[in-house]
Amino acid sequence: MAADNENILEVRNLSLDFGSPRGRVHALRQVDLTVPKGRIVGVVGESGCGKSTLAYSIIRLLAQNAEIVGGEIVFEGQNILPLSETAMRGLRGRRMSMIFQDPMTALNPVLPVEQQMIEIQYRDSISTGEKRKRAAAMLGKVGIPDPESRLDAYPHQFSGGMRQRICIAMALLVEPALILADEPTTALDATLEVQIINLLKRLQEDIGCSILFVSHHLGTVAELCDDVVVMYAGEAVEVGTVRDIFRNPSHPYTQALLECDPGRIKQKTRHLPTIPGELPNLIDLPAGCIFRDRCPHAWERCAEEHPPAYEAGEGHFARCHLIEEPERGRGTS
Amino acid sequence: MSVEAQIGSTPKPETGAFRQHLRQLSKNHLGMLGLVLVLAMVFSAVFAHWIVPYDPYQIYTGPRLAPPSTDHWFGTDHLGRDIFSRVIAGGQVALQVAIATLAAALSLGMILGLIAGYGPEWLDNLLLLIFDAVRSFPVIIFALAVVTLIGPSLYTVILVVAVTSIPIYARIVRTQAQSLKHNEFILAERAMGAGPLRILSVHVLPNVIGPLLILASMDVPLVIAVEAGLSFLGMGVRPPTPSWGTILNDGYNYIRNSPWPVIAGGIPIVIVTLGFTFLGEALRDIFDPKLRRDL
Amino acid sequence: MRRLFLAILVVVIAVTLLNAMIHAVPGDPAVIILGPRATPELIAAFRTRMGLDEPFYVQMVTFFAELLRGNMGQDVFTGRPVARIVFEQLPFTLILIFVSILWAAAVGIPLGCYSAIRRNTFIDKVTGVFSVGTIAIPAFVMALYALLIFSVELKWLPAVGAGEGFWDSAERLILPAFAVGVSWVGYMARIVRASMLEVLGENHVRMARSFGIPERRIVFRYALPIAILPTITLLGVGVAYLVSAAVFAEVIFARPGIGSLIVQAVDSRNYPIVMGCVLITTVLFVVATMISDLVNALLDPRVREGY
Repeated sequence: MAADNENILEVRNLSLDFGSPRGRVHALRQVDLTVPKGRIVGVVGESGCGKSTLAYSIIRLLAQNAEIVGGEIVFEGQNILPLSETAMRGLRGRRMSMIFQDPMTALNPVLPVEQQMIEIQYRDSISTGEKRKRAAAMLGKVGIPDPESRLDAYPHQFSGGMRQRICIAMALLVEPALILADEPTTALDATLEVQIINLLKRLQEDIGCSILFVSHHLGTVAELCDDVVVMYAGEAVEVGTVRDIFRNPSHPYTQALLECDPGRIKQKTRHLPTIPGELPNLIDLPAGCIFRDRCPHAWERCAEEHPPAYEAGEGHFARCHLIEEPERGRGTS
Repeated sequence: MSVEAQIGSTPKPETGAFRQHLRQLSKNHLGMLGLVLVLAMVFSAVFAHWIVPYDPYQIYTGPRLAPPSTDHWFGTDHLGRDIFSRVIAGGQVALQVAIATLAAALSLGMILGLIAGYGPEWLDNLLLLIFDAVRSFPVIIFALAVVTLIGPSLYTVILVVAVTSIPIYARIVRTQAQSLKHNEFILAERAMGAGPLRILSVHVLPNVIGPLLILASMDVPLVIAVEAGLSFLGMGVRPPTPSWGTILNDGYNYIRNSPWPVIAGGIPIVIVTLGFTFLGEALRDIFDPKLRRDL
Repeated sequence: MRRLFLAILVVVIAVTLLNAMIHAVPGDPAVIILGPRATPELIAAFRTRMGLDEPFYVQMVTFFAELLRGNMGQDVFTGRPVARIVFEQLPFTLILIFVSILWAAAVGIPLGCYSAIRRNTFIDKVTGVFSVGTIAIPAFVMALYALLIFSVELKWLPAVGAGEGFWDSAERLILPAFAVGVSWVGYMARIVRASMLEVLGENHVRMARSFGIPERRIVFRYALPIAILPTITLLGVGVAYLVSAAVFAEVIFARPGIGSLIVQAVDSRNYPIVMGCVLITTVLFVVATMISDLVNALLDPRVREGY
């Protein structure tokens, strides 16, 4: 991580609650995250860990019952949390855009693709014909064959992979500084996934924007990203470069995730390994480390003291006391 | 002391849920209003005999088409009859029709629904088509056609409305019965010789009784509207029997002489239809928000 | 297609049922139809003319065969073709229904949209209560009160008849169309609100929002074209309810039309006319369903592909 690089996005100490009939769910707690210019940052974790919520809170498209209770989101040097809804709308689709998880439902079913792609350029003072041309060019770039003639087709006339390409084209069309990608390949099968990942990578290099890539799939993140944030139960438990995270995982949760990844299992086994234990209750948070119930190394300190983000290397942080007391880790595993 | 205290320290879970629902209902203002209106209507119908100040059938020699006064709260009609008494007595008729219709529609709907859900597929499809057909036909036109054949009477009204209401209930029962059709437990019971009646009473009914009653509550306004409407056209309840519809019909004929009979005949219909609808909607929201009634 | 098939089935079932009921009722159908005062000669003549001496299935086949040729039988009293009588009256009912729907849609759809966007505001709640209220209160009570208030008491609008010339007819249409349409304002507001809320929660709306498209544009260009679809289906199916309401409006405001015709026919036991009215109602249902399917296909490309 080069220090002289300007950061597009800095999330500092972000905390978010969901109101629910049973109490406030503390879905994000003191999350820190940095997206430098021109880099792809992956956010990885199990479903329900808050990774998508993090992405949605950056573009502020949260559910009605969500409330940001602390921290700041600095986007292009400006804290955007205090911004009004109108000001926020000014950023959406201009400085940042988003790619969604399910391409089958992300496009409006009754409007032709052309109209949807022209509509998102509503701020530009160029002619409709010009907008149409740009849309077709972008569709060509994302690999839609014969884009000129396909423009007036409706979403249901495209396959799932093609629809996700259209969504990517739309996200890129507005030339944003940051693209938030919320599991864009989860709904697609494996071959399509590879294609989409390669496409994203190529286009990102072309255009030079930054991407925050949310995924639960370690392989995809390793393939695509420069930096990685590992999230667990609403906390960013480990942050580092791809090399840091995959070669030298410092948080037991990251280690467990890597062990469970089918692509990295070395011995032949009949069953996939899983992390034993359950996710903690996010309404009544336990004291101490959030992962300790499932951690093979946990000791007394983990039950009492919430681990801060220890530095495990340059630009590599993990919320685990083991970094301070490494000898504890050796005995148990 | 409460019943719980006598039985023991562990209340049934349903009791708790029931109380919670009751609390929810008491917070729903429109639902409470509906409940009050419905109770008032039922009360006045049941105790009509003691409430009416005059004989609703008696033609008095007093003033005709008189406006409301302390003697005649809603005024008198073109024959000098007391409209208030006729409105109360009309409520009795409306309630009778509603109860008879709903009883017929519910029981037939349950049987047909069970046949559709439980029987062979072709029969299911056929019944569904017939249900759809019945629901898509204008009730009044259907009623008028039947009246032409068997003549106007209270029973004609009940028959017509019951037939048009059956599909509402049959559909609910059908869905439930269908979900049980391939249930292994039921298959085992059938193998042991359990008849359809047992299956219906033990497995289907307890699951659908709530939705059925909510739908019935929401259906009452329609029943009352059709009864009053047909009676208004002179094709339902026959005069001199008081019905809200016949009161309106009499009032309509003399609408240029006095507005009071029409006003008095319409208000109870408005009150009762609103009451049952508000109550039904509140119950639906509380017990079964997903329940839908097509139109 | 399914609904077209259903509609044809409605016609067949309705006609068969009504014919079967003539036979199911104890006594001579001719006597039932002509009434107890008919002379034996009249009854005999009627029997031959109506083909009542034939077996039931033959009668049904003849009936449907004649129907396909546009022959619905003759008026019992005047001998005029039923088809002509019915089609003379039909336009009055059609205009009433059409105008009612039109004004109900013009008010109900924006009301529903507004309620969905401004959820839980005062106006939304008032709209909710208004909807439930107008749906519950029967159309004929509405019609009577409208007549009483605006025509008899205030004398703002004429009460009876269809009128002559455009302005007179239009004026005489106001109250009946109000009475028939008012419950549909509630219906539509309700359905549009519900489906609008559903659509506004869909992924593609979130996507549109992620591009900073103004909310007003999202509502009217992205959501409304989808949210309107259930309303159109409802209108097609709801013709049955409109016809019921129109019957009362026509009787109360003494307008010509199918409703007035069938009520008179029932009064005078003019059975072929009743049958004709029943048939034309089902045809109306079929046509309305087809139109609503067509409009749906026009608005929804996914449905259009299916054709």
